[in-house]
Amino acid sequence: MNQAATRAALRLAGIAKSFGATQALRGVSLEVVPGTVHALIGENGAGKSTLMKILSGAHAADAGTMELGGQPYQPQNPHDARLKGVAMIYQELNLALHLSARENILLGAEPAKFGWLDRRQSRDRAREALAQLGHESLDLERQAGSFSIAEQQVIEIARALLTKPQVLIMDEPTSSLTQADTERLFATIQRLRAQGVSIIYISHFLEECRRIADRFTVLKDGETVGGGELAGASLDHIVTLMTGREVKDLYPRSAHELGPAVLEIKQAASAPRLKRASLQVRAGEIFGLAGLIGAGRTDLLRAVFALDPLAAGEVCVVSAPAATATPRARWNQGVGFLSENRKEEGLMLSQSIADNLTLTKQETFGRFGWISARRQRIAAQQWVETLRVKCRDVTQPIGQLSGGNQQKVAIARLLEHPAKIFLLDEPTRGIDVGSKAQIYELIGELAAAGKAVVIVSSYLPELLGLCDTIGVMCRGELTAVRPRQQWTEQEIMRAATGSAADPLRA
Amino acid sequence: MNDRLKTLLAKAGPFLGLIIVIGLFAIPTETREIFLSYHNFKIIFTQTVIVAIGALGMTLIIVSGGIDLSVGSAIALTSVVGAMLVQRGWGTASVVLAMISAGGAIGLLNGAAIAGLRMMPFIITLGTLGIARGVAKWLAENQTVNYETSVINQWMTTADPFSYALPAGVWVTLGLAILTALVLNRTVLGRHIFALGSNEATARLCGVPTVRLKILVYALAGCFFGLAGLFQLSRLRQGDPTVAVGLELDIIAAVIIGGASLSGGVGTILGSMIGALIMAVLRNGTQMMEWQTYFQEIIIGLVIIVAVFVDRLRQGKS
Repeated sequence: MNQAATRAALRLAGIAKSFGATQALRGVSLEVVPGTVHALIGENGAGKSTLMKILSGAHAADAGTMELGGQPYQPQNPHDARLKGVAMIYQELNLALHLSARENILLGAEPAKFGWLDRRQSRDRAREALAQLGHESLDLERQAGSFSIAEQQVIEIARALLTKPQVLIMDEPTSSLTQADTERLFATIQRLRAQGVSIIYISHFLEECRRIADRFTVLKDGETVGGGELAGASLDHIVTLMTGREVKDLYPRSAHELGPAVLEIKQAASAPRLKRASLQVRAGEIFGLAGLIGAGRTDLLRAVFALDPLAAGEVCVVSAPAATATPRARWNQGVGFLSENRKEEGLMLSQSIADNLTLTKQETFGRFGWISARRQRIAAQQWVETLRVKCRDVTQPIGQLSGGNQQKVAIARLLEHPAKIFLLDEPTRGIDVGSKAQIYELIGELAAAGKAVVIVSSYLPELLGLCDTIGVMCRGELTAVRPRQQWTEQEIMRAATGSAADPLRA
Repeated sequence: MNDRLKTLLAKAGPFLGLIIVIGLFAIPTETREIFLSYHNFKIIFTQTVIVAIGALGMTLIIVSGGIDLSVGSAIALTSVVGAMLVQRGWGTASVVLAMISAGGAIGLLNGAAIAGLRMMPFIITLGTLGIARGVAKWLAENQTVNYETSVINQWMTTADPFSYALPAGVWVTLGLAILTALVLNRTVLGRHIFALGSNEATARLCGVPTVRLKILVYALAGCFFGLAGLFQLSRLRQGDPTVAVGLELDIIAAVIIGGASLSGGVGTILGSMIGALIMAVLRNGTQMMEWQTYFQEIIIGLVIIVAVFVDRLRQGKS
């Protein structure tokens, strides 16, 4: 036991963390063997990102102990964590795109003499870090923004290696990579492992974890629920650990009948990502769009809603075939859009719940351009009660609500309008399990009431649990549309990754 | 209960500031009687008119998430235009309308450039700041534009110390303030302006015609600036192309002191009006104490910083 303790590169025990009333972590233990790749697996909201923030010093744990190489480890902030030997690669790349590759690699650790930059030393150190990754030929003086996404990631990893970390954390590193780039990344990871670096690899792509990782730990609802050697574990076993039993009950299969087609999309294309998509959605149908991030799913919804112009093809709302295409016209035609980006696009955070909920139809709450605030509040109040939104009252600024409650209001906007065709982009991203279940239930009710729902989601169990029909997008094209019964998670992934190896992003 | 107290404090915040500023100048006994006299407040109100009307327009713009740096130049240009028209014997009503339209036209150009070219309001209006000032000097041939007399001259006068009547400019300001506050809070247009400033992407997604709305906001605000030019003319009784240099900063300061956020989506007319009054009381009080003008400038600068800091504390706590 003691020997194991000293052997571990990183040891966590009983880590807990809560934000206000939400208990994000309630007892996480993790042990990383030196020189191995350790997969950290769990659903969205299982607590992976909170755990990573604690490891990288962005948050402090409420309880529990952490040891790094046998020494107590309590990072004060991300910089401190880096100095102590834990470096992090975030899912979103963090590069100053206007600076050169060299400047990015050395950012915050520039070798200097009396405040003057030591150019030669900075070049040598950047070169050395890149060599460790097998990319010594990268042009150091080129602007970071001019490199491909995969190369930018290499630059980012090189930066992390500068402080000679014992543990390197990678959060969903392949989410924006092509198959070929993923292979290259795996080669890099194996190289680092051979050099004795321990890697924590976060992903919910299980196949990927099985290929690259040696050991695994599964998180569920903020707790460690299992782990061990990956070689001996079956996919089924891991999935059961991840989801538990109650998750199957999350998806209501309310009976609903499919009516006539209400939305027809023919050969739609939109710069820069959407190449070609044709589909038909029927009344009472829940249509799921699967695919990797950047495959063009969001672009398709935005083009349908006229937020981005169509470059080619046709979008037809059957009830209003020849109408103009602007967001305003789409609302008038009974189409509603839920943005994947709640904070940046979906909601006005400084404004009240009532204002957010009724923005699409304010002119109906009065006459001659005047608004009756009372009628607006009554309308909002009704949805707040129906959807059990936790808030002080409907005049509270929406930025003060939790993510799940914000999302309920964002969806209520479509209900209040009322929309007949719902375009929902990642409707359950980043919200708690309770709100999720409620939203699933709501989507089921909508379909039962004859509304058409199009859902974009990166979480496959959700699509398989909810949808009648699933279409998979790959590199800007909608390649396969089939009834849900004819899909499995693996098949969707295969269709989403395609087989060719040309880059996702031009 | 605590929440209610906070919202009450948030609403009363600028009021408290005004009371504190008035209280400070009322401490020294030698000036107290004159400072607190009705006649002095008549002067303060009258001195507030130009900044206050400017602040009405500026509140619309700042709430919509924009900024306008060309106000001082727009006021100079419209006052030159007005003086020239009076010179040519135009009727009072036509002159007033022409000045408001001139202001509106400058705003329209600003708005069209900002929304149409998708450029930063800061840069576009920094450009118009120079352009409008140059055009004013050009029209006026680099000198003041004088005329014999006009009714306009009486709208800002406080000359008669025995008259209790407030000049017309004060009443116009008050009426417009109420109207603008109603429009901002109770109409679709007003709520859309808030939506635009709070999150332009959301507004677009929800079908608000953002491009048209932006142009309209700058044009409307321009009309207010034209009106401010009218009262500038009324006060000076001549068209001066070099007047109101830097006035936009006083106006922006009034709106910010009044609790508006430069990032948009937050602001009230009441707050902006009190902000304008605070600025006028500071000017008036420091003059009465016979402090140097540079001292005035330092104090006003400090007040802006303190006001915004206090505002942030208040928001952070809630």
